[in-house]
Amino acid sequence: MAEKEGKEKWGMVIDLDICTGCQACVTACSMENNIPFVGEDEMAYGRGMQWMRIRRYWEGEYPEVAPAHEPMLCQQCGNAPCEPVCPVFASVHSEQEQINLQVYNRCIGTRYCANNCPFSARTFNWFDYELPAPMNSYLNPDVSVRRRGIMEKCTFCVQRIVKGRQNASASGREIADGEVVPACAQACPTDAIVFGNLSDPESRVSQIARSDRAFRELEELGTDSRVTYLKGGKNYGS
Amino acid sequence: MAVEAKPLYSSKATEHQETNAEELRKEHLMLDPMPRDEMNQMVMNAMHTTTKKYWVFLIGFGLAVVVLLFGAWGYMIANGMGVAGIRRPVFWGIFIVTFVFWIGISHAGTFVSAILRVFKAEFRRPFTRAAELMTTFGLAAGALYPLIHLGRVWVFYWMIPYPNARWLWPNFRSPLVWDFLAITTYLLSSTIYLFLPLMPDLAMARDRTTGWRHAIYKVLSLGWRGTEAEWLRLRKAIGIFAFAIIPVMFSVHTIVSWDFAVTMVVGWQSTIFGPYFIIGAILSGVSAVVTILYIIRSTMKNFDYFIRPEHFDGLGKLILIFSMAWAYFFFNEYILSWYGGEEALKQLLTLHATGPSAWVWYLMLICNVAIPWLFLWNKKIRRTPWIMFIITLLVNVGMFAERYTIIPLTLGHQRNPFDWGIYNPTIVEISIVLGTLCLFIFLYLLASRLIPLVPVWEVQEGQMSHTFRKVGKTEIPSVTELE
Repeated sequence: MAEKEGKEKWGMVIDLDICTGCQACVTACSMENNIPFVGEDEMAYGRGMQWMRIRRYWEGEYPEVAPAHEPMLCQQCGNAPCEPVCPVFASVHSEQEQINLQVYNRCIGTRYCANNCPFSARTFNWFDYELPAPMNSYLNPDVSVRRRGIMEKCTFCVQRIVKGRQNASASGREIADGEVVPACAQACPTDAIVFGNLSDPESRVSQIARSDRAFRELEELGTDSRVTYLKGGKNYGS
Repeated sequence: MAVEAKPLYSSKATEHQETNAEELRKEHLMLDPMPRDEMNQMVMNAMHTTTKKYWVFLIGFGLAVVVLLFGAWGYMIANGMGVAGIRRPVFWGIFIVTFVFWIGISHAGTFVSAILRVFKAEFRRPFTRAAELMTTFGLAAGALYPLIHLGRVWVFYWMIPYPNARWLWPNFRSPLVWDFLAITTYLLSSTIYLFLPLMPDLAMARDRTTGWRHAIYKVLSLGWRGTEAEWLRLRKAIGIFAFAIIPVMFSVHTIVSWDFAVTMVVGWQSTIFGPYFIIGAILSGVSAVVTILYIIRSTMKNFDYFIRPEHFDGLGKLILIFSMAWAYFFFNEYILSWYGGEEALKQLLTLHATGPSAWVWYLMLICNVAIPWLFLWNKKIRRTPWIMFIITLLVNVGMFAERYTIIPLTLGHQRNPFDWGIYNPTIVEISIVLGTLCLFIFLYLLASRLIPLVPVWEVQEGQMSHTFRKVGKTEIPSVTELE
């Protein structure tokens, strides 16, 4: 489905040069989006449910090694490989936010979308995960809890986008730049994650995305991803 | 009506015509006619004979289906897909491998039956039914997997285009919907194709049975009487279906290959997958026909007469040719990927041959290429049923390994090294896979005693058109064609 140009086109910039790999974004995302904890064994087996992961690489040859971190999340592709392969339209493109949505109630769990995602950004509910009391009381009421057998993935905190739009329209104005902040960007201690509207060329995220250091992950595949990474400057401390 | 007679089988010696004709009779079923009623009785006997061993096997496999297939599947539905070994990034495991495997097996029935019928290969006559049954039951086993592998199987019908309150149709851009439609089409058309030539034989069985069997055959034979008009229409219908089902068969496995070929996954995105999968399917399917023919021949009464070394010989040649064609496509895929020069793909191909699961890759090459090429040249080996049984079983092991290499082993190697993962099937997955094998065997065992496994009328028709004709002083076997 071709995208229509609208007022909103949400995007993100992640500055890898100032990312410390502290995993605060991972934690914040899990809390915001009711992501279940799968336990140590399942996690080690590769069934972690985090929508936001820190990919950790080593740069250089031993003993001169330095860690490199890359927060990886759904890239909200404009031309998403996950969408056409879903037989039941559970993976769809939102016309208003121009992001990639997963309709939990529609998903039947073929996992085809996950195979076709070049970023391996999608996670699957292998079991029904239960939160022991009292932790179940801090589930976020704005986000639905998913059951076993369905796919899920980063939504760019669409519940916050909706809230921001509602607030703005209630006071009769446009959404201001920086008004909508997803959980990961909010939690980032070094402000490495910047979120905003890419259709506005003056927004902070658009300006930073034009940086010389900008690149997009697997851009050659032509998926038109909405997450831009910055890399190439000096590392803190190096 | 033109009647054309042409010589058959190169008869070598002209000096010893007597012995030559005798030998040919022993060799070829078509030249070894038997009174019609006697042959009918032979087939009926084979159908009625149930030894104690048969019941043990039937009940054993039936129980295995209940426990291994439905028990394990139920356990998985109750607990979640997590009881299977799949994990990120290997979201498809041995279920899809077995799915492709069964769809491949189901190809040969049609291939052997329809293509050999269209090309008028006379040696096909006694085993078309056995092959067509394999198609139907292979599909029955394979078509379960798109359901088994669903995370939420209880809403599987959302894949079916049906009118609903939300005005939602399935996504026709998704290869899984194409799959669904292709497999349904193939299942229906191959069942009709199985049923059409079965009708005269069911009528034959109807006339020779009493009781509940008679009642069933009476319904199923649709009042077949064997008048000239009925035969004319039946031949016409079979003729149409034999041609029409060939493109359907090609489309089904091409579409199965598109499940992989249209994606962005490294190692799946390939233009050659369509024909590559078809050749692989035919290779594994024809091999499975030989395996089944051996089992039928050695367990069922009177089948020594129908299934002879000549049939193993003919099918063995086909397997050798398809093994070569398969090797060609395999090589082709490698060379194209290699020249393409994509780094991730190069790594993947190296990983297949040298990685921790390289034994699967070597197993595939040994079973699919080395073994057929080394053994099937030899006529003696091709004519020895038990050796053919082992070889064809190994070919199917190799084809399973091929699908295993293509699906989980390829998915495990993503573009980004952080996402790599190793997959191992769990006991639940293996149990379900074995369960569908038991289902296939169970259905086949059941069918072997309910419907004539040999198309009697086709054999009789063939035998009537084959005669020895005297040309000068030589007796030459010839076949008459009625057009």
